[in-house]
Amino acid sequence: MQYAILCYHSEDVVCSWTKEEDDAVMAKLMVVQDRLAKQGKLGPVARLMPTTAATTLRKTQEPPVVLDGPFAETKEQLLGFFVVEARALDEALEIARDLARANPGGAYEIRPISFFQPGAAAA
Amino acid sequence: MTDLAWIDAALTSARPQALAALTRYFRDLDTAEEAFQESCLRALKAWPQNGPPRDPAAWLIMVARNSAIDAARRRTRQVALPTEEVVSDLDDAEAALAERLDDAHYRDDILRLLFICCQPDLPVTQQIALALRVVSGLSVKEIARAFLVSESAMEQRITRAKRRVAEAQVSFETPGAAERAERVAAVAAMIYLLFNEGYSASGGEAHVRAPLADEAIRLARLLLRLFPSEPEIMGLAALLLLQHARTPARLDAEGTIILLEDQDRSLWDRNMIAEGLVLVDKAVRHGRPGPYQVQAAIAALHAGAARPADTDWAQIDLLYASLERLQPSPVVTLNRAVAVAKVRGPAAALAMIEPLAEPLAGYFHFFGVKGGLLLKLKRNREARVAFDRAIALANTAAEAAHIRMHLDRLMRENAPDEAARANS
Repeated sequence: MQYAILCYHSEDVVCSWTKEEDDAVMAKLMVVQDRLAKQGKLGPVARLMPTTAATTLRKTQEPPVVLDGPFAETKEQLLGFFVVEARALDEALEIARDLARANPGGAYEIRPISFFQPGAAAA
Repeated sequence: MTDLAWIDAALTSARPQALAALTRYFRDLDTAEEAFQESCLRALKAWPQNGPPRDPAAWLIMVARNSAIDAARRRTRQVALPTEEVVSDLDDAEAALAERLDDAHYRDDILRLLFICCQPDLPVTQQIALALRVVSGLSVKEIARAFLVSESAMEQRITRAKRRVAEAQVSFETPGAAERAERVAAVAAMIYLLFNEGYSASGGEAHVRAPLADEAIRLARLLLRLFPSEPEIMGLAALLLLQHARTPARLDAEGTIILLEDQDRSLWDRNMIAEGLVLVDKAVRHGRPGPYQVQAAIAALHAGAARPADTDWAQIDLLYASLERLQPSPVVTLNRAVAVAKVRGPAAALAMIEPLAEPLAGYFHFFGVKGGLLLKLKRNREARVAFDRAIALANTAAEAAHIRMHLDRLMRENAPDEAARANS
């Protein structure tokens, strides 16, 4: 069984860490990640940019609307995610629109990734 | 992280929201601050034992309100609620309060607090000091140190600002759309000036004061969360991030300024640059350019150049031209001249800044740029005059030292030159 572990924290707090504090947390996490990777148990790891960097594609209507900012509704739940490679926001939105045509309803939040490790857990 | 560091971070990040709600409740900054202070003290006692509350801001607001009411009761000689009771009731109350805080109040409260600090009739220095004290929660001592003034002078500046705010009888109602847009622009300007204060200190020895710049970025993100689809606020946040990314490379070990083209670009903060670029990208989609966006786009072009030679100066020239249209100012033209020198040569740039001599007669950078251009044109004698003037106008020791370096080089290069002339 594969599990996704989703990270929640106050971004105000995390963004106010000094570079040294941030580096220290990342270094400690890296120790754990390295161990998991050696055991073949670690899949992709991503750290997301702050929510101010996010854009949301609301796909409850056709065509979907682009909104600035993170997904803010509490009536819907996080059900999955994609990691895609795009030159810039426009291309990422293009991809999201393609996906939306296949699966309308709900929303996609497009959030840039600031740190990514592909990982190698056995599928 | 230790308990104390965690609590400190939580208190700092909960502060704007908590203080903003308390200001709405008490309609008085000082009372709100005192109450918040009290709740922080209680948090320091309660949190290490009971663990962090689910919503620190809600907890702090609740405790602050209760303790202020409590204090008021004591003053009127009525029976005070025992402190323990107040605190033990919190868990139930917290959930209800947290729900109420999630709604529009949050946005209005924080905006009101920012607007109070950026009263149009407050001088900008007072606006910044007040925002750092009230919104960011820096101590008077910290702010005084950052501005290189004595603690008592800063205390006075803040007290004066608060008195003016009280006298102005700030409306605690949410302003209408037009007034709001105006006030948001004032808040953005305050944040930008705060950043500049941290980025290139306007006086004294320190040239880079990172904590002020960090605080400005924090406030810019806060403002952007309140106005998520305002491209100029995206531009502001992007501009600050892209400029601050270069801070680690801006001074050498002796504190001497290193010019953009001489900086070790591997020291630039890649995360900040990436975030800044994303925000520029988001802003551009709106097709409503503004001064912050254009400046951010210029900073983005610098950030995107792996080597100085890769810099797209032609594009930067065009962006400065549009900045001149959006926000005409001699300083913008001066900056454009630097790009023009790269694209069309120093003579064209010099012609461009000639008309600025009068409006910028007291501006350090004007003479720095002018001297540099004259130097490139081998007009060394005139260059020296300009550099001498720049040194006289330097705001910081680092600025003066940087120009002196040019002068020293001139002296060395000129020595044989002048000797030859004397012999002829």
